[in-house]
Amino acid sequence: MTMKLTIISEMQKVAEEQHKTLVPLSEDLVLLDSGFDSLCFAVLVARLEDKLGFDPFTRGDDGTLPLTVGDLVRIYENAAAVA
Amino acid sequence: MPRPLRDWLSETANGGERFLHARGASVALDDLVHGSSLGGDLAALDGACVLVLTRDQLTAALTLIELDGVARRMILCPADFAREHLPVVIAKAGVDAIVSDEDTRDLRPLGVPLHVTCAPAIAPDPATQPGSRQTEWILFTSGTTGIPKMVVHTLASLTSAIKPRAQRDGRIVWATFYDIRRYGGLQILLRAVLDGGSLVLADTEESIHDHLARLGTHGATHVTGTPSHWRRVLMSPAAHAMAPPYVRLSGEIADQAALDGLHALYPQARIVHAFASTEAGVGFEVADAREGVPASTIETPGNGAKLKIEDGSLRISSPGNASRYLGDGDPPIAAPDGFVDTNDMMELRNGRYYFIGRRGRIVNVGGLKVHPEEVEAVINRHPAVRVSLVHPRRNAITGSVVVADVVLREHLDVKDGAYTEGLRREIVEMCIGELARHKVPAAVRFVPSLTFSASGKLARHYA
Repeated sequence: MTMKLTIISEMQKVAEEQHKTLVPLSEDLVLLDSGFDSLCFAVLVARLEDKLGFDPFTRGDDGTLPLTVGDLVRIYENAAAVA
Repeated sequence: MPRPLRDWLSETANGGERFLHARGASVALDDLVHGSSLGGDLAALDGACVLVLTRDQLTAALTLIELDGVARRMILCPADFAREHLPVVIAKAGVDAIVSDEDTRDLRPLGVPLHVTCAPAIAPDPATQPGSRQTEWILFTSGTTGIPKMVVHTLASLTSAIKPRAQRDGRIVWATFYDIRRYGGLQILLRAVLDGGSLVLADTEESIHDHLARLGTHGATHVTGTPSHWRRVLMSPAAHAMAPPYVRLSGEIADQAALDGLHALYPQARIVHAFASTEAGVGFEVADAREGVPASTIETPGNGAKLKIEDGSLRISSPGNASRYLGDGDPPIAAPDGFVDTNDMMELRNGRYYFIGRRGRIVNVGGLKVHPEEVEAVINRHPAVRVSLVHPRRNAITGSVVVADVVLREHLDVKDGAYTEGLRREIVEMCIGELARHKVPAAVRFVPSLTFSASGKLARHYA
């Protein structure tokens, strides 16, 4: 599964569990408009850490948080490349 | 003037029918009335401050019974006591004698003048008689890090919750999974001496299966331990080696799953869970086989203690309170109002108080508080779950999230991906149904086991 598909499928699971409705996800969709609140993102990051074995946000990098779905996927892809 | 333990022993003597059973050795308690395990050195310990540093619980038990009323102060070192703390403990407590069942030559550099050897057997000594001092009993708190604090008790404070029985019953066989040098285990040693029963001691080197078999052999009737100890019993094929009529849980939150599991395992047993701590003593006991505590028990515990919930935590004022900490100016343990703050947080729901966790162990998820134990209580209610540990994980978005490590009942296959994914969802759904959103574990991992501390409690390394 590509990183994008992994992330989107995990987002859908989290949305279902948290009883949130996701809008259709596109590369340039602003994450805050996706239907997720911060707790959903926090859960998503924890789930992806268990699945992928890393959390790109707690590695002491520059700490930039993603704006769009595309940003989010790229952060994970870049982290996977050096993992 | 309270009576020393040896005095109790002679009063409850029943003709050599009561024993201290250790792994591989049994000692008739009545022999201690006119005998000694200290090789003729008891007189030398008169008025001394004694470090009781034995490997075995049997030698420790004999030493404690002999020295109460004789020594000025006894310091009880449990099996896992870290030797690196000895210099500080010896200096703070003013130790002038060490009683051990091992070679103590390597302890000579510590400068303690008197070393006495205790044997796991009693030799007749007609000169032996009860001392008349009020001995201080020093227990260590079961803290996880740093130098453990020394807590000062007397025989009177340690035995304040032990009601004298109308009729002594020599057939009672006490047993505890605790080390008798910790508060929970010591209560049972003292009950055995004061009540006239026998006692089966635990041994850290022994497997749970062998221990249970031994409890069966000696016919243990009153068995005590932490919920973590009892979960190990529930997981052992040897659990039916014993059939105790009385089962007691203390030292951790007793959840409904553990209580129900024990009721199913030992349907004939009276199952009691109790609250006690080294500093505060015994607070209350609950005998209705349900988790939590009736509000009426907090109002009227009926054991001489006064209880209150203030600022969310349980506070106890009782003759069972320890008097002070030893060292660093001997700070008192009770607040000026006479109550000891247990730092155990309780919440009232429908006429019952429930423990929700420890003050200071709270996890902050995006500015909202979570007690790991309240989440564990929900997870542990799932029928497939044996035990769980909830802990914080750093998170870039909310600072922290809580995640759960879950041990399933042993017959379930953790490697079956579709099955565990279904279970994971069920557990999360249960949490969503019963807890605020920020308390729901962000991740659930299935693990083969969790680690326990030497005091028999779930190890919380993150705290």
